[in-house]
Amino acid sequence: MHTFDLAARGLRELNQALHALRGVQTNETVWEIVNTRGSHAIAVGVDAPLDITVRGTTGYYCAGMNKQATIRITGSAGPGVAENMMSGTVIVEGDASQYAGATGRGGLLVIKGNASSRCGISMKGIDIVVHGNIGHMSCFMAQSGHMVVLGDAGDALGDSLYEAKLFVRGKVKSLGADCIEKEMRPEHYEALEDLLRRGEATGKARPEEFRRYGSARKLYNFNIDNASAY
Amino acid sequence: MCGIVGLFLKDKSLEPQLGALLTDMLITMTDRGPDSAGIAIYGRPDDGLGKITVQSANPDQDFAGLDGELHEALGQPVAMLVKSTHAVLEVPMDQIEAARSALAHLRPGMKIMSVGDSLEIYKEVGLPKDVAARFDVSKMKGSHGIGHTRMATESAVTTMGAHPFSTGPDQCLVHNGSLSNHNGLRRELIRQGMTFETQNDTEVAAAYVSQKLKEGQNLGQALESGLEDLDGFYTFVVGTKDGFGVVRDPIACKPAVMAETDQYVAFGSEYRALVNLPGIENARVWEPEPATVYFWKH
Repeated sequence: MHTFDLAARGLRELNQALHALRGVQTNETVWEIVNTRGSHAIAVGVDAPLDITVRGTTGYYCAGMNKQATIRITGSAGPGVAENMMSGTVIVEGDASQYAGATGRGGLLVIKGNASSRCGISMKGIDIVVHGNIGHMSCFMAQSGHMVVLGDAGDALGDSLYEAKLFVRGKVKSLGADCIEKEMRPEHYEALEDLLRRGEATGKARPEEFRRYGSARKLYNFNIDNASAY
Repeated sequence: MCGIVGLFLKDKSLEPQLGALLTDMLITMTDRGPDSAGIAIYGRPDDGLGKITVQSANPDQDFAGLDGELHEALGQPVAMLVKSTHAVLEVPMDQIEAARSALAHLRPGMKIMSVGDSLEIYKEVGLPKDVAARFDVSKMKGSHGIGHTRMATESAVTTMGAHPFSTGPDQCLVHNGSLSNHNGLRRELIRQGMTFETQNDTEVAAAYVSQKLKEGQNLGQALESGLEDLDGFYTFVVGTKDGFGVVRDPIACKPAVMAETDQYVAFGSEYRALVNLPGIENARVWEPEPATVYFWKH
């Protein structure tokens, strides 16, 4: 295992070292980053099948734009964790701040604690599993992918939603514009089973305990009757 | 952007370290606001004396003989402690208003930073580390304090545009964000008798809270009222003589992290600001909810 002391060596050296492994055959696949102290942009833009453990709590944009890597944060994550992730897995053992997984195009984001506001905003294919609650305006304009919440969701869940599938086990404080509850069909239970397993939540919740929310598809096209609202 | 730090001590044994802890937190927030910085410190008043913190662009000239002249004007002894561009004048509590009037007459160019029983405010243009060093903040003691690093958006980069703002005795407020209805609200508050030093949006929020306190609301109620009346983006941290409050607007874009232990309640715009606090590893750390008022009292 390669241990990297962030306080001693600095962020630029870390991210350059990780970026240098793109497309390279290496035995240095297991990394541990220590002394994070809430720093920003840790392990951003990784594009290699690495196994990275970030010890402690991180600041803005940890694991942003991740491709292929498995990145585990042992503490809590600041705003924009796994923002625009393409593939791979990011696991946050603690809580996540606002806009976790924003605009993510692929891969899996697991948050073991709670996520704050705007979790999964504009998600475009990422799967997000939150063991706790999510804050207000989560999945705003979410386009595709899955959001699984074992706890409760805050105000305006899924406002202006496209085709992302949202599963919430607890209470939803309110639904956003054009977001409605939908029936659970066999393929949804199947998808949930798989997401709970990959999201390290098997045994914590069962698929039949969830409700599904999705787009009413009423905002897809301009409606002349609404012209006065603009 | 802007950075906010705050520390409200529950454990008196930490009080000698308040300035040092806040200075470290403030400097960590430099890259959120490198243009100016300020700090409000609540010392523990024990002498029946009031404090007036004043600021001057020409301190050598303005502060020379000021204590003597004020003594003469009030007929009461005045203690003065000069720290760089600021000076703290100590006068009996019942002489505060008389001292203010006298100061306006004696030194019309000088600015009043704060007035009260325990509050002192120091703020200047420049990097947080330079501002903190200039006023020797790390040596200051107290029960609670609030700091701010500014990245200006709504008004000019000047000493008076820096935070904290104080618009009432022992009251101060810092802000991350920008208000959109401050001009209308300022006119309204002027009609109600408040006075303003700047065109800054945050000063309006501070004056709004002061006005509500004057009307008899407590800090929590004043902040609740603000949720109705203040439009825009904000995370506010507010101090009073014995209280410390936090509120975020309903959208809550502006970041905020809080930590609480048996020894203190701490606020940071980012977790980075909190990492050197004693016992932070075992603190309860959380993000304040949107449109929710938090406040603590000694």
